[in-house]
Order: sequence, then structure tokens, then C-alpha cells
Amino acid sequence: MKVSLEWLAEWVRLEADVGALAARLTMAGFEVEGRAPAAPPFAGVVVGEVIATERHPDADKLTVCRVADGEGAPISVVCGAPNARAGMKVPLARVGATLPGGITIKRTRLRGVESAGMLCSARELGLGDDADGLLELPAALETGADLRAVLALDDTVLEINLTPNRGDALSMLGLARELAVLAGTSLALPAPAPVPAGSHERLPVRLLAPAACARFAGRVIRGVDAGRPTPLWMRERLRRAGLRSLGPLVDVTNYVMLELGQPMHAYDLRRLQERIDVRWAAAGETLELLDGSRVALEADMLVIADAVAPVGLAGIMGGAKSGIAADTADVFLESAWFAPDAVAGRGRRQGVLTDASQRFERGVDPAGQERAIERATRLLVEIAGGVPGPVELTVDPAHVPQRVPIGLRRASLARLIGIAIPDERVEAMLGALGMAVSAAPVGWQVTPPSWRFDVLQEADLVEEVARLYGYNEIPELDLPIPQRPATVVEGEVGVLRFTLALVDRGYHEAITYTFVDAAVQRRLFPESAALQLSNPISAELAAMRVSLWPGLLKALGDNLRRQQARVRLFEHGAKFIMQDNDFKEIDCIAGVAWGAALPEQWGALKTPVDFHDVKGDVEALLALTGAPDEFRFVAGSQSCLHPGRAARIYRGERCCGSIGELHPEVVRELDLAPAPLLFELELDITGPAALPRAQELSRFPSVRRDLAVVVEEHCTFSQLRESVTVVASSLLRELKLFDVYRGQGIESGRKSVAFGLILQDKSKTLTDADVDAVMTAVRRRLQQDLNATIRD
Amino acid sequence: MDLGSLVAAALTEITAAPDLAALDQVRVRLLGKKGALTEQLKLLGALAPAARPAAGARINEAKAALHDAIGARARVLERAAVAEELAGAAIDVTLPGRGQRAGALHPVTRTRLRIEEIFRGAGYGVAEGPEVEDDFHNFEALNIPANHPARAMHDTFYFGDGRLLRTHTSPVQVRAMLSTPPPLRLIMPGRVYRNDSDQTHTPMFHQVEGLVIDRDVSFANLKAILRRFVSEFFEKPLAIRLRPSYFPFTEPSAEVDCQCAFCEGRGCRVCKQSGWLEVLGCGVVHPNVLRNCGLDPERWSGYAFGMGIERLAMLRYDVSDLRLFFENDLRFLAQFERA
Repeated sequence: MKVSLEWLAEWVRLEADVGALAARLTMAGFEVEGRAPAAPPFAGVVVGEVIATERHPDADKLTVCRVADGEGAPISVVCGAPNARAGMKVPLARVGATLPGGITIKRTRLRGVESAGMLCSARELGLGDDADGLLELPAALETGADLRAVLALDDTVLEINLTPNRGDALSMLGLARELAVLAGTSLALPAPAPVPAGSHERLPVRLLAPAACARFAGRVIRGVDAGRPTPLWMRERLRRAGLRSLGPLVDVTNYVMLELGQPMHAYDLRRLQERIDVRWAAAGETLELLDGSRVALEADMLVIADAVAPVGLAGIMGGAKSGIAADTADVFLESAWFAPDAVAGRGRRQGVLTDASQRFERGVDPAGQERAIERATRLLVEIAGGVPGPVELTVDPAHVPQRVPIGLRRASLARLIGIAIPDERVEAMLGALGMAVSAAPVGWQVTPPSWRFDVLQEADLVEEVARLYGYNEIPELDLPIPQRPATVVEGEVGVLRFTLALVDRGYHEAITYTFVDAAVQRRLFPESAALQLSNPISAELAAMRVSLWPGLLKALGDNLRRQQARVRLFEHGAKFIMQDNDFKEIDCIAGVAWGAALPEQWGALKTPVDFHDVKGDVEALLALTGAPDEFRFVAGSQSCLHPGRAARIYRGERCCGSIGELHPEVVRELDLAPAPLLFELELDITGPAALPRAQELSRFPSVRRDLAVVVEEHCTFSQLRESVTVVASSLLRELKLFDVYRGQGIESGRKSVAFGLILQDKSKTLTDADVDAVMTAVRRRLQQDLNATIRD
Repeated sequence: MDLGSLVAAALTEITAAPDLAALDQVRVRLLGKKGALTEQLKLLGALAPAARPAAGARINEAKAALHDAIGARARVLERAAVAEELAGAAIDVTLPGRGQRAGALHPVTRTRLRIEEIFRGAGYGVAEGPEVEDDFHNFEALNIPANHPARAMHDTFYFGDGRLLRTHTSPVQVRAMLSTPPPLRLIMPGRVYRNDSDQTHTPMFHQVEGLVIDRDVSFANLKAILRRFVSEFFEKPLAIRLRPSYFPFTEPSAEVDCQCAFCEGRGCRVCKQSGWLEVLGCGVVHPNVLRNCGLDPERWSGYAFGMGIERLAMLRYDVSDLRLFFENDLRFLAQFERA
């Protein structure tokens, strides 16, 4: 809300230091987000009076004005504005004046005629958008007076961010009331000044939805002149509040809303049939609003209707048809109380947020309708003339919000705020807020004023006491640190341990958006259903990820475009997949590796990263579970991976991850060549690791025997290991694979695999004969099971 | 030559031997089977028997002295030879080491871990919850009914079936209160989502919220933990300032500013000359929230607070643009390699 201090100061004394005032408001919960001067800097501009005008001898569009400036003889000023006329008062920038934008006014000749100054439009002074003509000043202003002084332009406009609970402060009245409490000064409200009726004319009002609208003040005013200009002082105040002037009838209703917080509406009486009904909309009804939009009304929308059709969306916006027009002469003024929950949300649903709906949603004082309609009538009649009828007040007393006393316990203040506050202070603070406070056995009974919609229960009173006492006056009291039972589970490996393992292995942690490009994700995981956002930021951020890979591949691509030669990224986070007919969030850790296996360095071969490099990283993670032997890598995996270079990772029967090289087609489509390696592990399978169990160490020497065998290409290492392990069983302490070779000397379609067997017995030194027997059995088994040829 | 002259000449020769081979030749010449000293011994037979023992002893002394001298010289020459060999095998110790180089944790993770560690030290546990939530946990239970004006403060992502992406980590508070009897003392970090994207907003970001529920927990207790937290986080004693604010789920509610960690309140670029940094929102848990979560507000009270991790990370590591956190630019991420 934009607040002119000059306006606010009408009712409450303000401290002179604007910074201190802003701080006082901010520290009371009315955050001052900005402050700006009411007008840009200019100087040397005075009230000028045009004495006479004559056509410029050499220019059709110029007028030569004789202008009184309050000092000596009138001066001659050449002016191009179409509205220049004798008798008007206008801003005169004297010779030497500076205008916004740094313009300095000089004595000059325009087409041969001397001009000793400049007459200004509103735009030229930064007082509005109107550049079509001179800014006409009220005739009452003294000629020669400084314009800044007479228009109070050395005013400051505060931008105040009001929290949604304080609808009562969305007006000059509300803020002045609050400031009076904060500064301990009094509020100087003008006495009510009802305007007597000049006719008996009234428009009947029926409250057909009394819970939603329990009070409605209406008034007919006939014979107004909608063509009169809104006085400059009112236009200035509206401008400082950020509103445009829209003619006197609308301006007056806006002005009263800003001043008193009561939104109002003015209808063209010609367009209203018989009566006003405040009712819920009926099915199929539509309404064209003042902003030109057409709304299909729904049953939970409150409307103002006449005998025929809706004429306004209650508390939000009036209808176009019944709106004020240039030729409106008879008006019907509305000043009503709508319940917050009868207005809340509807405007947003229709995309119509107005100053009125903002106030009604938060709560408007149900006692303020008459005051507002009297104020508006007075202003309207003063500005535009007209004869008012009586105020027609329709009330459904049963539905007018009643403020009931709320119990406030002394003990609750101490318990929730943390200190005891003296009774007199509590009573003084609540009393200042307009609450009726009476003593009760354990505290007080407090009745909030009609305008405080946010005070409903004891906690609301506790907040008000704390706020006025001052949050920063409340001491700091430490809670004792609880003695927690020792529940540290040794085998529990936190996610941090996994992430640090990857960091140590050269990966940088990425954080990518959980929503990804639906098309890219479908390309990668055509078989997985994804949750789709119904209101995404963009198509690129529309589908919840079913894997961490889409985000990592995007991050990879972005980095390749930034000329990175080697990328290793990982991410930890949830993926959202369909499981048992519902979407589940599964915590994952995933990575992508691209480029050389090692950072470029001296003395190391520059080999591209491959499946087994990344498998090593994954195995390092699996080792952290304390049960690396329970995991298996089974060939084959997702369709987005290279069919021959991918595996699923199982723990027991549960598939808990994937690893592989990106499919060449996808690599090409995403422009990621050479192919990146990817892995993903679901972290819910890790669980606490079993504790290590120490084995007895053998006192006898071990023996190593190396063996090289040639097997079919499709024979896997795990088959080889299985055969060797079965035979060597208890004597085999370790099997060390040290070479896999294809090429010269090996027939095509086969490969040579070389490994060392480390044999050891727990109870004796192995003899050559023992070892030979094992090796013979191993060789025979490999020949038998795997058609292996033994190399010598 | 008499024995004295012989020894003197021999010592000169030993000292002059340039290498081990030359020294060995000297040794043979002096002490070998046909060496000068050995010859001297052979001459003993020519002496009178009474003079023999004394002469023999002198010769043996000389032999021993020369033997020691040769040994000492040999050790000198050996050391020199080793030194020469090692000198030839010197390497360039300034060449970089080989192998994998460590990557880095994301600055958001790093900040989250720091926050977790500080609160763990104050007896808080860490709780997490789902990111896809429902209206009850994200709004209703938190005293934000449908149509509440506060919903306008949350630009929510919806799935069209009642589910939504959580707009804050507060639903984890609701889940904690519904599932675990008090006392509770938790912090809840996680990803949150708002449908907003510009220079200072990303549609996804991270929050840490805290919740304490116990008997007689007060606003004064809340102030104490928050001041401790900001001081520990920035590693210097900093004052805090609380401004009344409004959150539907707490009452009283406050925005918390901490004294600017960079200028200690004097005013600088980071705090826009105000001396204060806005870092947190907090309050005493609203009785409606306690009731919605099955707790009796007469028996239990509590406080809650929440902060944006990115905001703290930006302050801590001088990051000027929020969006950098989600661009995953290695040039940015690599700046956090120092552990």
C-alpha cells in the first residue's frame, strides 16, 4: 500500500524524521519496503494566473499568454497548450526554474515573441501522465505562491507491505489508528458529518444471503454532473496512492476506500431495475465486468443483482453495464459489508484482483458502512452537485459479526512469551488497540473492536501483547539441551558418506530441477509413467523425473557447451516413479561421467572413461553398505543404454540400480558424443551394515599360482570365478584377476583371462603336492565347465 | 725407511686415494702379503730376541692405525659415491601428483550440512518428508484453509489430482507432530517449490525448518536458539532483530534480521547499508496447528522457524546470483573443492 504522509498526518501526529517513522512501522509489523518523494525535484515553479491570451502572430498552435506571477507586471509566456485561457491558474516555471530531468528555464524568443518562462502540464512536473494541456490549478490558490508548498509536494510516499491478517490497516484511518497506539499519541478523527437527505428517493435492498452480506448501506443521488473535474487535491492524493483519476464519481468512491478502508461502488441508477438483491449467483448466469472481462458465475459467487440480472460481483468488481458513464446523472452508492469467506479466492479464480476484494478478503469493519457513505455523499455533492436521498441501511442483525469477549490468562502470557508482563501494561496496550478489557479471575476478558478480524482467540491477544511490548525487549532464554539416549547405530551409513565417496572419486555434486523436459524424459524412459505438473513454468520443466539421469544429462550438455573437456557429476535426490499403482518418491544417488578416465595429467595414459571405471565408483558405494557381496551386476538394462554395455544392479532379488553407457542413438540426438557413462542407485536398499567380524589369521604361509585360460568371448568373469571357487573352496583365500587379453595369439571369438590364486590353509603349510592337486582340479573344472584352454 | 716415516707416508697416500679402487691398491701395498708393513714384520727375526717384542708391538700398532685410516677413508669415499649416485637420481618435486582429483559438494549441500551440525549440537534431530504433498499437509493443517489470502504468498505447482509440490518444508512438521508424541526437537531440510522464476526466484529451492514442541516452550526460548544459530553459522557473535510478521501457522510471528556478518552492522554493500540481513522467519506454533496435529495447546507449546538455504549460502560464500546454484556449471561447482 502506498501511503502519503501528508494525508496520514491529517489524523495523527507524525514524527518529523521519516526514517524513524519507517522504522517504527517496520518494527511493529508494518514493513516499510520503500519510500519515495511525492513529486520529482523541481524548483522555481509558482502559481501563475493567465490574465489574457492572444494568438501568436506567426504560429497557429501557439498562444501568447500574459501571466501574473505575483511580482510586478504580468509577463509574456508563449505556450502551445490547447487549454490555455484567460482566468485560469496554472504552474508557471519562472526564468531560472529547474524542472524534472534537469531542464532549466531560460528567457527565450519563440518565433519572434518573447517568452519569460514556461507554463507546465502535469507530466512536465512529474505529477501525472496528462500531457495534453496545462495543469489547471484551483482558483483559490494565491498567485505567485510556490507550487511545491501549496500542493504539499514535499511529501513522502511510503510503500508499506501489509500482512494478510491486518486488513484493518489498509486505510489512512487504520494506519493512523495503529500509529497513534505505537507512538502513544491520540487519534484526531473528524466528527461525523451526515449529509441530510434532499429527497425521499430510495432503492430497496434485499439481503438474500445474509451470512455473506449482513449490512448494506445504499443511497440514491440524483442530478450529479459527472463531467466536473475532480479537484486537484483529491487527484493528487489518489495519484500518491497509485490510483488514476477516472472522473469525480469513481474518484470519490476510491478516495473514501483509501481513507476509511470501506470499499464502495457507484452505479448508474438508470441501469438498475427496481431493487438491489444481494444473493448467490444462479447457474448459467454471466456478467461482464468493468474491466471488460466476462465471467461465467458459479454458485459460490456472491452477486449484487437488480430485479433482472447480476450487476456486480460483490466486493470484487462492478458490472460494465451499470458502471458510471460520461453522461451519468443519477447514481446509486453502495457501501456494504461482505463476509471475508464470501469474497476470498473468487477474484483470484477469475484473475480479477481489486483493491476492494483485497480488503473484503481480509475483513472490513462491519460498523463502518454509514460513516463511509456519508463521507462519500459529502464529497460527491461538493464536487459534482446532486440531491441525495436518505441512507438506506439494510441489516440482518443475526449475521453481523459480533465481537465476543476472549479470555486472556496471565499464565498464558508468561508461558508463551516467556516473561511476566505487569498487568497495567497489558491492560494499557490492549486498551490502546481499542479492546474493551475487564479483569477476570486469572487474567482478563478482552473484547476486540469491530475492525480487528484477526483477533479471535487467546493466542491472537498474546501476539498483540508481545508485539506492542516489543519483540526485541523480550529476553533470550535457553532451553536445556535434552540428554538423548545413545542410539548411534554403528552400521548406519548416512547419505553423506556416499556423496563424500563420490566427491573423493572426482565427482562434483549437481542439484538439478526435479521437474524435467517431458519429451526428453519420454525418449530416455518410454516405458515409465511420469507425474505431470498441471501448471508448469515451461514445457522444459513439466514432468517429475523418473530418474536422475535427465537432469544430469542436461547438466552434462550445458557443461559441454561451456567447453568442459571432462565432466563427472552426481546428484542425490528423489525420483518419482509409479509403483503399485501409485507414485512413490525414491531417494537416489546417480552420476554421469564423460571424457577421460583421469584428469589430464603427465605420466598417465589418456584413456576415455568406460563402463568398468564407473563400475569401480559404484562398487566403492556398494562397499559402504558393509555387504558388497550381496550385490550382483546383471547384463542388460534400460532402453536408453547401450544394449551390450549396461547392467542392472541387484541386491538379492530387488533391482536397486542401473549402470551403463548411453545408447549411441541417444548420444547422437542429445549431441553428447563420445558416449557418457551413467549410474543410479536407490538408497533405500542400503540399510544398516552388519558389523565386521574378525577372522582368525592363519599362521602358515600362502602360495600363489597364476593361471591363464582361453575361453569363449561370451564367458563371463563371474562364471570363471564361480568354477574356480567351487573347486578351490576352502584353500582359496583370494582370486586376483590381472589380465584380460584378445588379439594376436588368441583365436577370434575367444579371449585370454589370467588370474592368480592365493592359497592358504589354516592348519598347516601347504606342500607342492597339495597345491598341484588344487590347480589340476581347477584346470579340469574350467575345461569341463567353460571349454577353457589352458595357456602355458 | 724407518717405521715412523713409513706410516706418515702411508697416511698421506691413504688420504689422497681418489676412489675405492685406488684405496684398495694402497691397502695391498701397505698391508697385503707383500705389503710394506708385512715386510717390516718379516724383518723382526733379524733383531735381538730382547728387542723383538717391543718392535713387534710397534709394527702392529702401526698396522692397526693404517687399517683404521683405510677404513675411515673407505667410508668417506663410499658416502661420496652414494651421494653422487643419488644426486643423479633426483626428481622434480614440483611436478603435480598423479591420480583422480577430488570433486566437491554443492554449496547448498555444504550449507545444509553446516546448519544440521549446528542444530544437532543443540539436541535437534533431522527429519525429512515427501516433496509431492497434499493440500492437508501443505496448507489445511497449517491453518491455511482454501481461499485464505496467505495462499497468494505461495505460488503452488499442482498435479491436478489434489496433489501438489510442497511450497515449504512445513508439511514435515505436520507429519512429525502426527506421528511422534512430544517432546519434539527437529530440523527439516529439503527441496521446496514455488511457481516463480526470475532473477531472484527459482522454481525449486531449499529450506530448513525447525520445530520444538514441549511443555512451556516460549518466544523467549525461540529468540535464544536463533541468536545462537546465526552467531554459530557466521562464526561471530551477532545480534538479531525480530520484526512482527504474519504466518498462518505461528503466532506471534516474526521476521528475523541478523546483524550484517560482513560489516558487523556498520552498513555495507551486502546489507544495502542497513546493517541487517534478513535471514529467517519464525514464531510460536499456532494453537490451531497443534490441534490439527492432535496436540492439546493447553498441554504443549512450541516454536517453529524456517530459512532459505540458498540465501545463507549466498551470504556465506559471496554468491551474487541465485540461479548459479541450479546451472550446475563446473566452473562454479569447482570453486567449492576445498573441503
